[in-house]
Amino acid sequence: MSVLERPRPISTRLLRSELALIFGRRRNIAGFGVLAAVPVIIAVAIAITGPTGAEDGLLFSQVTSNGLVVGLIALGLELPLFLPLAVAAISGDTVAGEANLGTLRYLLVVPVHRTRMLAVKYLAIVIFSAAAVLFVAAVGVLLGLLLFGAGPVTLLSGSQIGTAEGLGRLLLICGYLTVCLASLGAIGLFISTLTEQPIGATIAVVGLAVVSQILDAIPAVSVIHPYLPTHYWLAFGDLLRDPMSTDLIATGLLSAAVYAAIFWTAAWARFAGKDVTC
Amino acid sequence: MTAAVTRSRATELTSDPLLAVSSSALTKRFRGGQVAVDHIDLEVAVGSVYGFLGPNGSGKTTTIRMLLGLIRPTSGTHSLLGEPMPERAGEVLPHIGSLVEGPAFHPYLSGRDNLSRLDAADRHADASTAKARIGAALDRVGLTAAAGKRYRIYSLGMRQRLGLCAALLQPRRLLILDEPTNGLDPQGTREVRSLITELAASGVTVMLSTHLLAEVEQICSHVGVMHRGRLVAQSSLAELRAGSATRVHVETADPDLAQRCLTRLGLPDPVPDESGVTAELGSADPAAVVSALVHDGVRVQAFGVRAADLEDLFVGLTGEGFDVSA
Repeated sequence: MSVLERPRPISTRLLRSELALIFGRRRNIAGFGVLAAVPVIIAVAIAITGPTGAEDGLLFSQVTSNGLVVGLIALGLELPLFLPLAVAAISGDTVAGEANLGTLRYLLVVPVHRTRMLAVKYLAIVIFSAAAVLFVAAVGVLLGLLLFGAGPVTLLSGSQIGTAEGLGRLLLICGYLTVCLASLGAIGLFISTLTEQPIGATIAVVGLAVVSQILDAIPAVSVIHPYLPTHYWLAFGDLLRDPMSTDLIATGLLSAAVYAAIFWTAAWARFAGKDVTC
Repeated sequence: MTAAVTRSRATELTSDPLLAVSSSALTKRFRGGQVAVDHIDLEVAVGSVYGFLGPNGSGKTTTIRMLLGLIRPTSGTHSLLGEPMPERAGEVLPHIGSLVEGPAFHPYLSGRDNLSRLDAADRHADASTAKARIGAALDRVGLTAAAGKRYRIYSLGMRQRLGLCAALLQPRRLLILDEPTNGLDPQGTREVRSLITELAASGVTVMLSTHLLAEVEQICSHVGVMHRGRLVAQSSLAELRAGSATRVHVETADPDLAQRCLTRLGLPDPVPDESGVTAELGSADPAAVVSALVHDGVRVQAFGVRAADLEDLFVGLTGEGFDVSA
């Protein structure tokens, strides 16, 4: 009679397999190319036209004195659309894509417990979010340093910090934005359990992120602003003050955690007992 | 590693069941109200090759999905290898290989990478033996040469083989295979059937759904017949045959005369057909029947006795024809 190995209590094999699927897929590699385009365009454009005046904003005006800032600007510019789009593409695809291919049923009969599957898939989304943010920052920083060299960074509050501390601040910002995007990823995971059409799920997530930002810009509905999923995203600027202002950041982290918890639970409630007929 | 250590590390199921699959009044009613599976009581004996036979749309795939825990029954219970499902799915499913409604893989991964992914998902699979097990399974289904190619370019037959291959990545006690020869050419069909026979001979219980009567006749020891969501027959193939009527056929230009003679002899169900008359033989002696026909002046051109084939049985059970050529 057949004898199987005792199940491994904890193993990263499935997670690694998820990550290999995400990072090995051509579509996603092309997506990283698009993410890289923004810091490249900024750096090249400024390198060609030379330093700009203070009227272009504190960050743009100091690009030529410190290349580090290119990464920061790229993150700020990609936060409204490109980064949410990347997270939406991955999270929307995560369950709906497998359902669409039919591979979902074969994963479930391996068996992969449905809760375990959602946990691993969400973890992969979080890792992807971090990777996307760090990638944009890294491309900006590397290209910036290459073209403009290192130097002191002028903070929003006027004081200056060195390159090393600037890099530290940038990493903190990357961490904060990862948490923000991961909460959007939880919404994507939930929407992905509702459909077998991954593109539909992705569009829904992007639409949600954009509508949230539009509502956030309309003063008439300011009463709902604090509850919008994207409301605290731009608070990352507070990490560029001296001393760092953490009130909004803390609220932003809490908001992201609550969104992630609610939508991960909703995804679980939806998926745990769902009939898989595809 | 010693045998004792191996045993202590193994996951074993608590019972040693007689039935690999059993269900009690298993029912699935879809949201629209349509009853896809209607109170079926499956009994698949350990060691058997069970042909789950029925035309397309008769509820076979829905039943298989319920058995494997992919969809929830509306009512009824079932167990696999003696363990209640879905409560013990985590313990019992690793012992089961399955093919559900055709193969499904990631198109941009190679066959081998697709298998690696499924193996990675299996908590019971040892990563250090993955390469060897995947290689052996590929070899077994004759897919080694194409293993490095992307699934996207696989033919239907290669896809079906890869699906079977995935079911064989681990040693299994039960295989539940939905239409395993679907899409294969005659050579592939023969290979898959002989593979199934070989697995069954090694002690694996096989439950395979099919709409091909010939498949059941060739490789199955038991058969369950589905018709419009109901299990209308279930037994060993031999019992099913024994319980069915042998018929005589009289080819003659005097069908009316022949029918009267057969009726007088007490043969059940005499009916005219295009070349004469047929009736059940019952307990009559064929030689006596011929003699009586001749004595009654029937011009007998030919006389035959034919055991019912599976198609006749099926028509008898369902009152409908069967898609035999598909």
